[in-house]
Amino acid sequence: MGELTGIFLSAVFVDNLALAFLLGMCTFLAVSKRVGTAVGLGIAVVVVQTITVPVNHLIFEHVLRPGALVWLGLEDTDLTHLRLISFIGVIAALIQILEMLLDRFVPALHQALGIFLPLLTVNCAVLGASLFMVEREYGLAESTAYGSGAGVGWAVAIVLFAAIRERLHYSDIPEGLQGLGLAFVVTGLLSLGFAGLSGLAF
Amino acid sequence: MDKGRTLVDPIVDNNPITLQILGICSALAVTRTLLPALIMSAAVISVLAFSNVAVSLLRRQMPHAVRIIIEVTIIASGVIVVDEFLRAYLPDVSRVLSVFVGLIITNCIILGRTETFAMGHGPWPSLLDGIGNGIGYSLVLVAVATARELLGAGTLLGRPFLPVMEEGGWYLPNELMLLPPSAFFLIAAIVWWFRTLKPAQREHTVISAVPGRFQEGGDG
Repeated sequence: MGELTGIFLSAVFVDNLALAFLLGMCTFLAVSKRVGTAVGLGIAVVVVQTITVPVNHLIFEHVLRPGALVWLGLEDTDLTHLRLISFIGVIAALIQILEMLLDRFVPALHQALGIFLPLLTVNCAVLGASLFMVEREYGLAESTAYGSGAGVGWAVAIVLFAAIRERLHYSDIPEGLQGLGLAFVVTGLLSLGFAGLSGLAF
Repeated sequence: MDKGRTLVDPIVDNNPITLQILGICSALAVTRTLLPALIMSAAVISVLAFSNVAVSLLRRQMPHAVRIIIEVTIIASGVIVVDEFLRAYLPDVSRVLSVFVGLIITNCIILGRTETFAMGHGPWPSLLDGIGNGIGYSLVLVAVATARELLGAGTLLGRPFLPVMEEGGWYLPNELMLLPPSAFFLIAAIVWWFRTLKPAQREHTVISAVPGRFQEGGDG
């Protein structure tokens, strides 16, 4: 159990997908103007990551990995090159299913997450987490811990960033730097702050 | 729009990174040294040109409801070819780029261009638009990577350029440049510079009660 907590915590703080690997930046910059929407998007990311990373792990382990198709009598088949297309397919399909389920059973949550869910298909933090899972050779339990940690880390980052951005409305900013320019500077500073956590060992 | 503009416009006037906020994450992540940034630029230009042309050729056959999935599949096929090519011929660079080649799929420059441009134009303008946007993206990528490698390690493409203090030179490398945040600061500086040159690109902060308008085109 201790090891799993370690993977979870280091995915949140040390290997933060948004601030250490700079993934999912477009959504990060575009949907962080208000804290409320940032929280909604953050929750959506946590849910999607917790589901997609383990599912992609299962698919990689039992279909794509070299020698994974032994149960079909195909010892030498190596489908690793198909992992990009199958991961993105899995992510798109899961998000679609999740959206329909939420719409049917929890309409209030569906309302709140609404526009964010489909957008997550093309969020590179989601695809990135699955690819890192393969690169680091996590097992099933580890991928679940990593997926949820990566989601939580991304959510924490965007909520912090949105809160800072709301305050920036009241500051006097040089003209050319307003908007996108300053957003980059703030993200850079946040990322520097998170770099301070990289000394933590779990 | 005439053909020349289609090619040149996205390079400065409508740069995908500084103005359209597309494809930022790879721009930040692969710019620690110059070589991976150059390879990444070449990969993005080829995938962008390929998928723009393919989508443009298929645009009349695609059912509207499933077009995004078709576009993503086309893009993913292009990326797989590039990824396998790098693994076979440039294994070292492929290891440095690690997951970021795969992440070209979700680079929103590509989905954004196929969706907004290739869906409505013929193959030839789409090719030019793809190359133009690719070059605009590469320009920022290469500028950031050059600054980071030069100031952070005193080298360019791995060759010593500024004599480093450790080896008896005069330059003390700025280690901040090797950390991810420096990419943010450099891109902020580029954005600021572009917008000082072209005041029309400035944004003005408006305090309003409605939530920020949602940006289409996904993420990168």
